[in-house]
Amino acid sequence: MLSKDIRNHFPILDQEINGHPLVYLDSAATSQKPVQVIEALDRYYRFDNSNVHRGVHTLGNRATDGYEGAREKVRKFINAKSTQEVIFMRGTTTAINTVAQSYGRANVSEGDEIVITHMEHHSNIIPWQQLAKETGAVLKYIDLEEDGTLSLDKVRETITDKTKIVSIMYVSNVLGTMNPIEEITKIAHQHGAVMCVDAAQAAPHVKIDVQKLDCDFLAFSGHKMCGPTGIGVLYGKKDLLNNMEPIEFGGEMIDFVGLYESTWKELPWKFEGGTPIIAGAIGLGAAIDFLEEIGLDAIEQHEHELAGYAMDKMSEIDGLTIYGPRDPDQRAGLVTFNLDDVHPHDVATVLDMNGIAVRAGHHCAQPLMKWLDVSSTARASFYLYNTTDDVDRLVEGLRTTKEYFNDVY
Amino acid sequence: MSTNKLDQLYRSVIMEHYKHPKNKGVLENGNVTIDMNNPTCGDVIRLTMNVEDDIVKDVKFEGEGCSISMASASMMTQMIKGKTTEEAVKLAHTFSDMMLGKELDESIDLDDLEALSGVAQFPARIKCATLSWKAMEEGVSGESQ
Repeated sequence: MLSKDIRNHFPILDQEINGHPLVYLDSAATSQKPVQVIEALDRYYRFDNSNVHRGVHTLGNRATDGYEGAREKVRKFINAKSTQEVIFMRGTTTAINTVAQSYGRANVSEGDEIVITHMEHHSNIIPWQQLAKETGAVLKYIDLEEDGTLSLDKVRETITDKTKIVSIMYVSNVLGTMNPIEEITKIAHQHGAVMCVDAAQAAPHVKIDVQKLDCDFLAFSGHKMCGPTGIGVLYGKKDLLNNMEPIEFGGEMIDFVGLYESTWKELPWKFEGGTPIIAGAIGLGAAIDFLEEIGLDAIEQHEHELAGYAMDKMSEIDGLTIYGPRDPDQRAGLVTFNLDDVHPHDVATVLDMNGIAVRAGHHCAQPLMKWLDVSSTARASFYLYNTTDDVDRLVEGLRTTKEYFNDVY
Repeated sequence: MSTNKLDQLYRSVIMEHYKHPKNKGVLENGNVTIDMNNPTCGDVIRLTMNVEDDIVKDVKFEGEGCSISMASASMMTQMIKGKTTEEAVKLAHTFSDMMLGKELDESIDLDDLEALSGVAQFPARIKCATLSWKAMEEGVSGESQ
């Protein structure tokens, strides 16, 4: 387990909510930010703010160095071959939409297949639904096993020679399942399809190596990994990106502009139309520095242990159902659950009155809720700043919730 | 725990409506059907009404949601049955004012509905309480057009 002192880097955690010390268990929605990231943003705006890639002046150079320096940090973080393969975007949603609208429109036609799974987040469903509608392609879903995992047999059954794009989440935001991306990528490639990975829930917690995964595209968001909101990354293999058209046109992404024709900048900038997300990228760079100093392996281990501890303790509560794989080694640091017939909103309200923040709802995964045959669930998600004390508070809060509703029922 | 504040939210009247909802089901002879959902949390409601001569002759609801949304739907059906569409819409506005914490017209008999006034202190739950009322308002105003 990581040291409890890590909490001290997160000023927001040091406060009371409804008269109780805050226990933040909603990091899968968005993580809290360490003082290192807050200060990097503050420093940028106080001393270096300027537009990038154009000014001759000193501030322009500092801003450009900060922005492009963050790109190099991201490259190392995911082990991409080149910074040309790292494109800054608003977040995972924008990144997946870019793949669908640029690569998808150019390479998918009527009768082709796009393959996703039943556990996807809406951000990895709707861009493909839209592409399928526009092109006449067929959207296919890989069915899940009973415990909420993917079997490679079903992956092989679903992906065919007609499949052009396979897009799957690395880690499920509801079930916590960690999917075998490397193996699925091999299967996709055997059929000539490209593999796109929604790594929004993986990047904060797991060491990502895009070369080892051999995926063609990978998307993630900064705000779930200690960075600011409004910054995310699209990784793509250089050969593919070079042959793709931008989907946003305007300043910053152009080379020569004529009255009727223009040409684009080289990678990665041709996909970064408009003034880029400079402060966001610098904040993300600071978040990466922070996470790497602690170590992604240590963070992953910490969360496995916390999730295991939480599942053990929560299983002792009568009437509590946990969704997803039971083996803590097969899942990331989150526990999705329901408590008796108390509606998750009511659970979340009582927990909030006890200072405990959890998510309640459909977690932007309505097809998965249907698969689970529930209308909504509650979810406690952990990150590097959470401790076993937090889990104990949650368990105590859940017992209080149960008692409270038993009394009022 | 801040039990007092919680007790303001989960009054026994509310839990009673949640456990034993009034007018639950689908009207076979209804002439108005409204489906509404709350996309941020997944609550859904189907409201069926029989509106004749601008009077809500009968009303039933079906749905899934938390105690607040289901209790509110139960109370709503109870209160508007037999009322004119104009009175029903007026009640919906009064309820909306209550959720916003505004002073209410004392001449209106709120009956059980008064129990939901505590929801105003829980901003995240106001949408739960107003779902069925929005469905009803859409239903009766569509009918009277």
